[in-house]
Amino acid sequence: MAQHDVVMAGFGGQGLMAIGKLLAKAAMCEGRHVTWLPSYGPEMRGGTANCVVVVDDAPIGSPFVQHAQAALVMNRPSFDKFAPLLAPGGTIVVNGSLVDDLPVRSDVRVVRIAANDLAARAGSAKAANMAMLGAYLAHCPVVRHDTVRDHIAAAFAGKNSAVGEANVRAFEAGLAAATRAT
Amino acid sequence: MTGERQLFKGAEAIAEAAIRAGCRHFFGYPITPQNEIPEYMAKRMPEVGGTYLQAESELASIHMVFGGASTGARVMTSSSSPGLSLMAEGASYLVGAELPAVIVNIMRGGPGLGDIAPAQGDWAMMTRGWGHGDKRYLVLCPSTVQEAVELMAQAFDLAEKYRNPVVLLGDGLLGQMMEPVVFPEAIAVPDPPGWAARGKPKDRRRVIIRSLYLDPAQLETHVDGLFAKFAAMERDEPRAESWCCQDRPPVVVCAFGTVARIARTAIAQARAEGLPVGLWRPITAWPFAAPSLREVARHANRLLCIEMSKGQLVDDVRAVLGPDHAVAFWGRAGGVVPTVEDMLAQIRAQFAQA
Repeated sequence: MAQHDVVMAGFGGQGLMAIGKLLAKAAMCEGRHVTWLPSYGPEMRGGTANCVVVVDDAPIGSPFVQHAQAALVMNRPSFDKFAPLLAPGGTIVVNGSLVDDLPVRSDVRVVRIAANDLAARAGSAKAANMAMLGAYLAHCPVVRHDTVRDHIAAAFAGKNSAVGEANVRAFEAGLAAATRAT
Repeated sequence: MTGERQLFKGAEAIAEAAIRAGCRHFFGYPITPQNEIPEYMAKRMPEVGGTYLQAESELASIHMVFGGASTGARVMTSSSSPGLSLMAEGASYLVGAELPAVIVNIMRGGPGLGDIAPAQGDWAMMTRGWGHGDKRYLVLCPSTVQEAVELMAQAFDLAEKYRNPVVLLGDGLLGQMMEPVVFPEAIAVPDPPGWAARGKPKDRRRVIIRSLYLDPAQLETHVDGLFAKFAAMERDEPRAESWCCQDRPPVVVCAFGTVARIARTAIAQARAEGLPVGLWRPITAWPFAAPSLREVARHANRLLCIEMSKGQLVDDVRAVLGPDHAVAFWGRAGGVVPTVEDMLAQIRAQFAQA
């Protein structure tokens, strides 16, 4: 499989870095080459944060990508910044709970899901990032869904198991909502 | 290398590699984009019976390194560009006192406070002007997280072999990015060498660690001794990688560190367009691998240095090759990372001019 790259962006605290790492770990476990590169302001919470994940069968040159093939945007500033940069033919997954239904370029595929609502219904309002990850993987089959499910479970192992289960449910809900959206 | 692939941030991988290389003493002061090194050390050192100590400043941490190194222990510090400026005095003292230590510089944008984004503007400082007096440091420049792990293990051995500080020179990209790595097995903490100052029992000769020699003739003899070591480093330690050079390409890109890995993608794309271009990558910033560069330049009449600075490696390339070669430069400064697309445009321009 050729190189795939994705930028994940939102407010600090929305868990973009975490789902980027989940994707990177899943790709590594499937034997792929992968890089994860964060970019954030000095704030821990509230500022904008994004990470870029590159997955390839060959060794990866640049961990930084200007025109990513996919973007997950969880808030309006991230939409404004990354929608214009997306590569033609790319996929943008938009958190419809926080980003208005804005016109997007006609040369990209738009996947809108109400990530916050899906996460709340799944049992954890904080798991909107997992719904976004599910919606993204529904359209960009970079890694197997089972691998990601296992890594979500592992990430919450030893912590509150109800929270871990809610995160898996949010991931599933994002996956299902994005499948319906096409 | 044994063991499984693990996803590690560059800074944390550097710290873990140091512990596996027998380092049990870390002294440092926080600065972005390398804070994950001290953070990791603060967590891991107590687990392995080592010492993590946050100093009150970079001046203090480099002199703590001096103290620890005097006892023959494997010691290190890490910082980013402005912190290295502050450490310059202590680094010179380490050379003068012939103390081994490993110093990590994860470069950020400058000059001044600059920013916290990746840059390579400290090449000249680390290879030429870091601190006062006649001296050299062995400077290692990893391009990937895996290479950083491998060079970190070697850095302690090299520091002890020459009784001289060794610098691991990376940038904010290397420090912040995650990549799968395989770590080497941990080694046992080596016994302290005979020259170490560890107290004087009656049956042991007196050991003095110093860089002060008030008699000029005596100091000159001391400096001659240092330069005999530097000559041995220049003979035995230069390292570089030539990539895509087997077909003797007429254009070769010169880049180090993370810029070199980005350049690989640009070179692969250029070759897909039919442009024969290679990569020459110094792994040791000093000693500079001049023979390897000359070998590449036998077939390449155009060299293109790409750096995350306004041009520093290019000075070394031009000094080695002289006026017979066209050595072009292109770089980004201030923490801006050059893209594959930009590099490809620069490579195409070299062929257009040829």
